[in-house]
Amino acid sequence: MASREDIALMSHLMRRAGFGASRDEIEQMCEQGYEVTVEQLLNPTGPPVDEYDLYRHHPITEVPGGAAAPGQAAWLYFMATTQRPLEEKMTLFWHHVFATGNAKVDNCFHIMDQIAMFRSQGMGSYRDLLKGLAADPAMIFWLDNNENHKHAPNENWGRELLELFSLGVGNYTEKDVFECSRAFTGWTLDAKMPRYPYGRFPWKFVFRPEDHDYSEKTFLGQTGNFNGEDIIEIVLQQEACSKFIARHLYNFFVADEPQVPAWNIEEPRNPEAVEMMAKILVENDYEIKPVLRAMFNSDFFKEALNQKVKSPVEVVIGTLRGTGDLTGSDPKLEALGKEPGYLGQDILDPPSVEGWHTGREWINSGSLVKRVNFVSDRVSDTSLPGVQRMVEHVGNNGATMSAEELVDRCLDIMGPVEVSDLTKHELVSNVESGGKIELGGESFSQRTSETFALIAATREFQFG
Amino acid sequence: MAGNGKPPVLVILQLTGGNDYFNTLIPYNDGNYYDMRPSLQVPQDRVLKLDDTLGMHPAMGPMKEIYDSGDMAIIHGIGYANSPRSHFRSMDIWHTCEPDTVGTEGWLGRALREIDPNGENPVTGVNVDQALPRALVAPGVSVASVADLSTYGLLTSIEQEDQRNQMLQRFANMYGPAVGTGQVMEYLGQTGLDALKGADILKVAPEQYSSSVEYGSSPIAKKLKDIAQIHTADVGTRVFYTSHGSFDTHAAQAALHAGLWTEVSEAVADFWDDLREHDADQNVIMFMFSEFGRRVRDNGSGTDHGAAGAAFAIGPSIKGGMYSEYPQTRPEALEQGDLVPNQDYRGVYSTILEDWLNLEAAPIVNGQFEAPAFIGA
Repeated sequence: MASREDIALMSHLMRRAGFGASRDEIEQMCEQGYEVTVEQLLNPTGPPVDEYDLYRHHPITEVPGGAAAPGQAAWLYFMATTQRPLEEKMTLFWHHVFATGNAKVDNCFHIMDQIAMFRSQGMGSYRDLLKGLAADPAMIFWLDNNENHKHAPNENWGRELLELFSLGVGNYTEKDVFECSRAFTGWTLDAKMPRYPYGRFPWKFVFRPEDHDYSEKTFLGQTGNFNGEDIIEIVLQQEACSKFIARHLYNFFVADEPQVPAWNIEEPRNPEAVEMMAKILVENDYEIKPVLRAMFNSDFFKEALNQKVKSPVEVVIGTLRGTGDLTGSDPKLEALGKEPGYLGQDILDPPSVEGWHTGREWINSGSLVKRVNFVSDRVSDTSLPGVQRMVEHVGNNGATMSAEELVDRCLDIMGPVEVSDLTKHELVSNVESGGKIELGGESFSQRTSETFALIAATREFQFG
Repeated sequence: MAGNGKPPVLVILQLTGGNDYFNTLIPYNDGNYYDMRPSLQVPQDRVLKLDDTLGMHPAMGPMKEIYDSGDMAIIHGIGYANSPRSHFRSMDIWHTCEPDTVGTEGWLGRALREIDPNGENPVTGVNVDQALPRALVAPGVSVASVADLSTYGLLTSIEQEDQRNQMLQRFANMYGPAVGTGQVMEYLGQTGLDALKGADILKVAPEQYSSSVEYGSSPIAKKLKDIAQIHTADVGTRVFYTSHGSFDTHAAQAALHAGLWTEVSEAVADFWDDLREHDADQNVIMFMFSEFGRRVRDNGSGTDHGAAGAAFAIGPSIKGGMYSEYPQTRPEALEQGDLVPNQDYRGVYSTILEDWLNLEAAPIVNGQFEAPAFIGA
């Protein structure tokens, strides 16, 4: 039997490195050990998501057009059913960092292509990712690099590459932005057909030598006839780059940091941790897997239980994985795809290239109502197989149960969630007001699932 | 203060998908109209004539009555330069007032922050829809999103009413002041209480409401009825937002467009009848817009994405009539086959902000724009 602490720690790992796991899975993982589990997350052997089960029942999700919704449903299905959770979580991570939005791209198919690149390379080389992005049609259109010409440079991609994708404000000059942009002139899309009246055409990356500025550039202190790939190599040589990516990883996986634009003003909450991760990135030539391994095995990660406000995607996917067995034939799938957006995180359509503001900024009175209701609706629905398993877990031993025991077991299975005395008191009083607890049967499962619903509404549950 | 001494209220009705301006306000004496609309032209005798040149689509009877009563301003040629003709980008531009960069703050979010800087009333802004439009988003601004007023609230899955009320009380206790638990925990506490307060405030609306107006069964009728209920409950909401669609009529437009306008016109007329019955119309204006108009030449069955559109402002405080000009319809005057906008949408927002909400418009719409004077007794 795994100890309470082991279960809490393993649940923490699975919430952060994935989207949560059932208690049976957690116990199995505890048996094999923490580090072994980390290795399995890093080197997944599970089968890939059965996407054809999805496309067969929801064909529009295979080739979403202008609207984000079918793509959102498809990605939700991936996240809710994957047996390679860290791979999918890293996909979400890179979407946070390299936020590309359908509001402008209006060609969700190509954003899904970008997402697929994050899925296949997300734990690989950051260098390859940057190079892939520089030639990614959705990114080129999103940041106007198709408007970046030899005789009329457009700085959008050049600036964001430095500001948001690699170095952060304060680590380059305006001249560097300009020179960087010049180096990416001619990195464009193949002749873009007019959308009307013919419809959406697939885009293709092309490099146009005649539109590339081959003259000399001075970038971050180095001078040469740099092309885009050279720029990426110079960026990777900067100390700021490894720290920037390390801080992103820390903010996403460990504990909430201030918002990205404040990073050149405010120190990281744990500078040593960020230093350590940055060093590992450099030592491993920007391979992502080693830094993830070090992070998940570190004390600072293991001590960061409940230090993060769960993102809407984490709330929705964690709940779906915990309460049901989502399949591609679920008629509600396309509607479910919109839920993270209702809670404040429209995947594939971030508010801007800066991505989402995280931490407490996920919460306002409107989004809190949606969060609480989404989770409590599902955890109180005893027709769902996952909820039935949770109820069984709560009532699986002993002949009698006090209200406090019932609450403790519900808190345990839902996280474990650590609550304040005040919260605990209210949860227990709520159970007590229903009278003596009869184990088994309809009334037990109703009272248990009602307690789940009230736990979903607590402040503490908003953290994970 | 508006006519009845109460603070001014703004209702936004977004016509999502790109409403076909050319078949909404029809230049019925213009040969270009009949030339460019071989498949989708409305016969001259069916047009609801507003004056010697323009008439409404035949499905807009109730809208025409409002126009004839003098309570409707029609703002022609609204839009902005270089329309991207993408729904999502266009809608963003309308919502954020940032046509050149991707903006994150909505114009109404900024307005709400001015109206209720300390967020004292959790229902100062109410969105009657599932998803919050970017127009209402701004840091520090909470907006209630009400998909269905009759079931709005926290923990709605608990069916038994006594039980749910008891749990809501528990919720309130749990979110009470928790000193020393950290900033984010305290912030969450306050936010939870705001959410509960908002839900409590909105709960009274359907209970208090009764009306002789019978709304239709369309989604927009239901949404406008929800807005009427909240407004007449006098809970301090200053900005309402809702939408109807989809007006994206690439194909089978004749039936679709007529159906949409039938629903909208009836619902809008019922809404105003309802407010009048409750003597609650004097401090309200409604603003209707769409992200763009549609291509001038039809495609045989529908129309594709275009540029300039029309907006409508309705209410007893509106100076009825036409504003700005109908764009040129001559083929050589079109841009990429579209009507060219001649009234910047941010100027129209400026009128609403300055002359109705009494706010300084420039910082909200990001600049100075020609503002047509359609508000005022």
